[in-house]
Amino acid sequence: MTRTVVSALLSHWMRNPLQLVTFVTGLALATALWSGVQAINAEARASYDAASATLGEGQFDQVVPREGTSIPLDRYVALRRAGWLVSPILEGRVGSVRLMGLDPLTAPGGLSPVTPGGETPFLEFLTPGVIYAHPDTARALPELALRVVPDPALAPGLALTDIGAAGRLLGRDDLSRLIVARSQPLSRPPLASVAPELRLEPARQTADVGELTESFHLNLTAFGLLSFAVGLFIVHSVIGLAFEQRRGVIRTLRTLGVPLPRLVALIALEMLTLAVLAGSIGIVLGYVIAAFLLPDVAATLRGLYGAELTGGLSIRPEWWLSGLGIAVLGTALASAGQLWKIARMPLLASARPRAWAMASRGGQWALAVAGLSLLALAAGISLVGAGLLAGFVSLGALLIGAALLLPPMLALCLAGLTARARGPVSQWALADTRQQLPGLSLALMALLLAIAANIGVSTMVGSFRLAFTSFLDQRLAPELYIAAETVSEAERIEAFLIVNARETLPLARAQTVIAGEPSQILGIRTGPTYRENWTFVASGPAPWDAVAAGSGSVINEQLATRTGLRVGDEITLEGETLTVSAIAADYGNPLGQAVIDERIFAAIWPDRPALQFGARTDDAPALRDALIAKTAIPASAVTDQSDLKAFSLAVFERTFSVTAALNVLTLAVAGFAMLMSLLTLSDLRTPQLAPVWALGLTRRQLGRIELARTVALAAMTAVLALPLGLALAWLLLTVVNVEAFGWRLPIHFFPGDYLRLGLYALAAATLAALWPAWRLRETPPSRLLKVFAHER
Amino acid sequence: MLLSLEQVTKSFDSVDGPVPVLRGVTLDVAAGETVALTGESGSGKSTLLHIAGGLETADGGSVRLDGQEVTTLNDTGRAALRRGTVGVIFQQFNLVPSLTVAANIAFQARLAGAYDAAHAEALTEALGLTSQRNKYPEALSGGQQQRVAIARCLAARPKLVLADEPTGNLDEDTAGEVLAQMRALVADTGAALMVVTHSQAVAAEMARRLHLRGGLLDASASGQTGSARAS
Amino acid sequence: MNGRICLCLIWALLALAPLPAGAQGFAGLGTDAEGFATPAPDPDFAFPQDHGPHPAYRIEWWYLTANLTGPDGTPYGIQWTLFRSALAPMEAEGWRSPQVWFGHAAATTPDAHYATERFARGGIGQAGVTAAPFHAWIDDWSMQGASLNTVSLTASGPDFAYELSLNAQGPLVFHGEDGFSVKSAQGQASYYYSQPFYEVSGTLTLPDGPVAVTGQAWLDREWSSQPLADTQAGWDWFSLSFDSGDKLMGFMLRDRDGGGYSSATWIAADGSTTAFPDGAFRADALAQSTVAGRSVPTTWRVTLPERGLDATVSALNPQAWMGLTIPYWEGPVQVAGSHTGVGYLEMTGYD
Repeated sequence: MTRTVVSALLSHWMRNPLQLVTFVTGLALATALWSGVQAINAEARASYDAASATLGEGQFDQVVPREGTSIPLDRYVALRRAGWLVSPILEGRVGSVRLMGLDPLTAPGGLSPVTPGGETPFLEFLTPGVIYAHPDTARALPELALRVVPDPALAPGLALTDIGAAGRLLGRDDLSRLIVARSQPLSRPPLASVAPELRLEPARQTADVGELTESFHLNLTAFGLLSFAVGLFIVHSVIGLAFEQRRGVIRTLRTLGVPLPRLVALIALEMLTLAVLAGSIGIVLGYVIAAFLLPDVAATLRGLYGAELTGGLSIRPEWWLSGLGIAVLGTALASAGQLWKIARMPLLASARPRAWAMASRGGQWALAVAGLSLLALAAGISLVGAGLLAGFVSLGALLIGAALLLPPMLALCLAGLTARARGPVSQWALADTRQQLPGLSLALMALLLAIAANIGVSTMVGSFRLAFTSFLDQRLAPELYIAAETVSEAERIEAFLIVNARETLPLARAQTVIAGEPSQILGIRTGPTYRENWTFVASGPAPWDAVAAGSGSVINEQLATRTGLRVGDEITLEGETLTVSAIAADYGNPLGQAVIDERIFAAIWPDRPALQFGARTDDAPALRDALIAKTAIPASAVTDQSDLKAFSLAVFERTFSVTAALNVLTLAVAGFAMLMSLLTLSDLRTPQLAPVWALGLTRRQLGRIELARTVALAAMTAVLALPLGLALAWLLLTVVNVEAFGWRLPIHFFPGDYLRLGLYALAAATLAALWPAWRLRETPPSRLLKVFAHER
Repeated sequence: MLLSLEQVTKSFDSVDGPVPVLRGVTLDVAAGETVALTGESGSGKSTLLHIAGGLETADGGSVRLDGQEVTTLNDTGRAALRRGTVGVIFQQFNLVPSLTVAANIAFQARLAGAYDAAHAEALTEALGLTSQRNKYPEALSGGQQQRVAIARCLAARPKLVLADEPTGNLDEDTAGEVLAQMRALVADTGAALMVVTHSQAVAAEMARRLHLRGGLLDASASGQTGSARAS
Repeated sequence: MNGRICLCLIWALLALAPLPAGAQGFAGLGTDAEGFATPAPDPDFAFPQDHGPHPAYRIEWWYLTANLTGPDGTPYGIQWTLFRSALAPMEAEGWRSPQVWFGHAAATTPDAHYATERFARGGIGQAGVTAAPFHAWIDDWSMQGASLNTVSLTASGPDFAYELSLNAQGPLVFHGEDGFSVKSAQGQASYYYSQPFYEVSGTLTLPDGPVAVTGQAWLDREWSSQPLADTQAGWDWFSLSFDSGDKLMGFMLRDRDGGGYSSATWIAADGSTTAFPDGAFRADALAQSTVAGRSVPTTWRVTLPERGLDATVSALNPQAWMGLTIPYWEGPVQVAGSHTGVGYLEMTGYD
């Protein structure tokens, strides 16, 4: 019997191959969207991790020579024996490859490809030596006596090996620099007393770049979540359609005496098999999408680290498993509901799929109540809840609530329009659209989420971009930064800069407590750079004049938030009272900060002269060279900030290109969901359209109405998606971002982008409706007339 | 002559090639006349009705309706014909499911631009549908649905009413009632009525009875005038 | 010290040498000491040279534990260990040296335990041992003196440090057959001698500040190339100093099949020793503690009927877990029963 039932179930697909194709394609696309975003996300993270592991010395303090590029081995041993936990690095080039030798026994966590914790290659790594390199780099290496192990996790152009092997390959017995472990013994002598010719270089100041990277990932994560929601709706819609289409077959089988449990089991099995098949196709599709988009992601990260990153894509279990998961779990979830309905279906229920056309008004009310409850929950959590999880729960409740609310809202709109409609055709079209709503609602929900997601993410990325652009302009304005070690060095630098630089910006630092909050005080020379580049969250009149006069201070947002200080309030610095003249956004710094003029700073902290300088110049390299030549400061004390700034700014431009591509993708998938719904409905709708045709409308007219109806629904959905998208952006920026990064970004709106997204959505809907409309136009009259004949 | 068919042929495609349904039917219906069209299943009687009403196109021959040659009309022209000149009542699914009873009754008349509220009201009352006005078709019984279809058809004041087994889905008592109401109301408007039926009782109510066999009108059919041509 | 041999070998095998296919569990031994020298009976030690390293042997250590007391009577314990592990039976200059050094240091109080480790390459001077004058060091940790009898000991970690002076009050003692210590019925063995008679004074620095301490310390010296049988899963090792002035070194090697191999050396107050063969010394777990997510016996009954010993050994701080690259338990203990005193306990193989 099982065989007969299976063949009966399958025969439905045989006779309606189009339905099978749409079913599989729908599931595959939902999976593809999810796994594509996941692939990009996972790959970006992996690249990021590889980069930070490979270039990870930047996160550690380093000991470097004051002059030259060489540290004798005995200085390393002397530092170790003095209690300094440092690890040696020797660098050089082998052909075109940067060879980096390290000591796996002392390297801080994450730097060495092998560890003394366990794996076999450790022995070989120490002697005779092994070279680890990205497969591409491995091919570029000249013939060496050592075994080369390809490792895709390494940055291209870099080869890692033991420091002893590196020394032999490079013909050197010295070291390039030393990495300082984070954890150090209780006490150790100062560096100058052990190795006066070396200097300590603090960990690279990457705070702002790190935040940019993280926000990039947050952006992708949010997109992943939203695409998951869109995907679930599409799966649900596809499954619902597949069951509706086969009510007849199922009823007949039941009538013929197939036991219900067996029927349910076989359908479940069939659905899951198809889900696995479709999910697998979707994963491959997602891979293709990701491969298509990935060059941009790789480029973004390349820009971020200034080092070449692998653009290759590898299939990672986390995203293909989750992709299959969404297909199978989504199918299981949706099928369970449908199977339950079948189990409860009376044996002689009409074979005609009426559920679509005849949704009760009570159902609309239930949806509205559920939707409003979820929205209230979202609002409640976002106001009361704390933590990243609460932020995401709130996000989920908002999305699902809004999606559930969509059909009642659309019904309301249509009711309003029907009341205004005059002609019989428009009245009928509106009434018909209202009745069709339940059948289209899942597809429309997916469209709503897709549009809202795109609006939300565009707003978020755009707001990030604007905020960071102005922040970078503000903080990285000086082209050169110079760090002096001694007062006399500082005096030489300042004297040189005053003559040679366009503007000299000394920077003195002190720590104190402001209103109970440990804070950093910056003493600055108030000048055009500050006046022109700094933008404020809040400010009084002429804030910089107050600062220059020594009576005012610009504090950062963190300090203002934590202490409740506002513009005009007074702060006390070691007995001196100043007024808060402005509050500035500060995205790269966890500490409270107050900026005051250098003169009042010197009055309060006479023993803290400015040891850092910013210099404004039109020719940074020339000024840098001249400065080093004239003042005899080590080259490593001068930093050119323009590269860092350019990289940072490029990040969001590239993020945008990925975001835009994902925009199109999400909407395309939502459009496909709509196409599938429309195609299925078109078969079920003949009884609704035939009387209208018989009463004197042409098929061409009907086709036009069908198209207009879909576009109108999409347009209404797009309009409703706008507030949802903005709410989403608000949640991402003011709840999720605050929880993730600790600061709130001002929201900016981008009406041009929203309009463009709305047009994309309309285009997707139009494309989706074109074929069904054309099919309607071409329906032979005999098919329409069959409706009126006997049910034989 | 209101309707005049001349050597009308029609065949349908099947897997075994075209199957002829009408092999050359010639038929005249005068204004106000009532005609019954009977025949076996598949004899082509419904097809003949559809061609007469501009719902289907003939393969050959000539169809003149109210002085207009129908066979040369395009889709739009035939749609206009269905709106204005002809009224059709089918066995089932006559009604637009998304419209109320009142809106259904007004629908065709408004499409044709011939809506007369008083007339529609009178028909609604005459058919006993006043209390059903705001209901949707799904809430009506089969007999009520057919009455709505009659009201809708006649509200547009067609010159020719075509009915395809209008009482085929109804029980005997209801069928008799509905048929009687239809006949009376059609007579009131002065329209001609052509009914396709397999029921002798229904056929007996019509002034003229034609029988279709093998795609041709049967000359020996019973009726006032045995010939296909009334005159 | 049998256990210590295991510890070092495990490290050597897990970390440095390819594991042979089918190697067994924790001990993972059975590899032949290819190219490495192996201990032989009737050793002829030469001092002070033998206080220095023996690069021809695979593994070696300088292992010191001390039971200390603060001015208020609070008991403390410290550990200072320098391990040498050879990748090849030779020494070379610079990074080419196949000798790898690592150090473990710990400080234990009744309610806290601090442990840290260091790694170093041989050949560059970052770690090593010289016999005369005696100097064993890794980074800033050192054990240093004109001879092994008088040394100063330092070590430091992120949360503790100590500086101690050690003075030997008795002679070196040799375990097994004159320093040839057999570890299994199959004949695996090591060279093993001790200096258990140090008196200690100095400063122990804890997160709360420095504490002046006094007490006694026990140094173990051991080297070998292949000391354990591959059926042995772990060990429980005791070094006990009784109030009578007598001392005991005893260990139980736990076999995978439930059996064991025991060995003990009774050290009289004058330094004369008696070695006891397998079975004479017994240690039975009395109570377990949950330490670092696993169950470890921290109260023991130890017996040596030939010397009338039947005592309970309990950990000063049951949480003395060495959560290092190779984890194990090592901490100070207190002895009560037929004999009273203090000592150290080391346990491995409780994974």
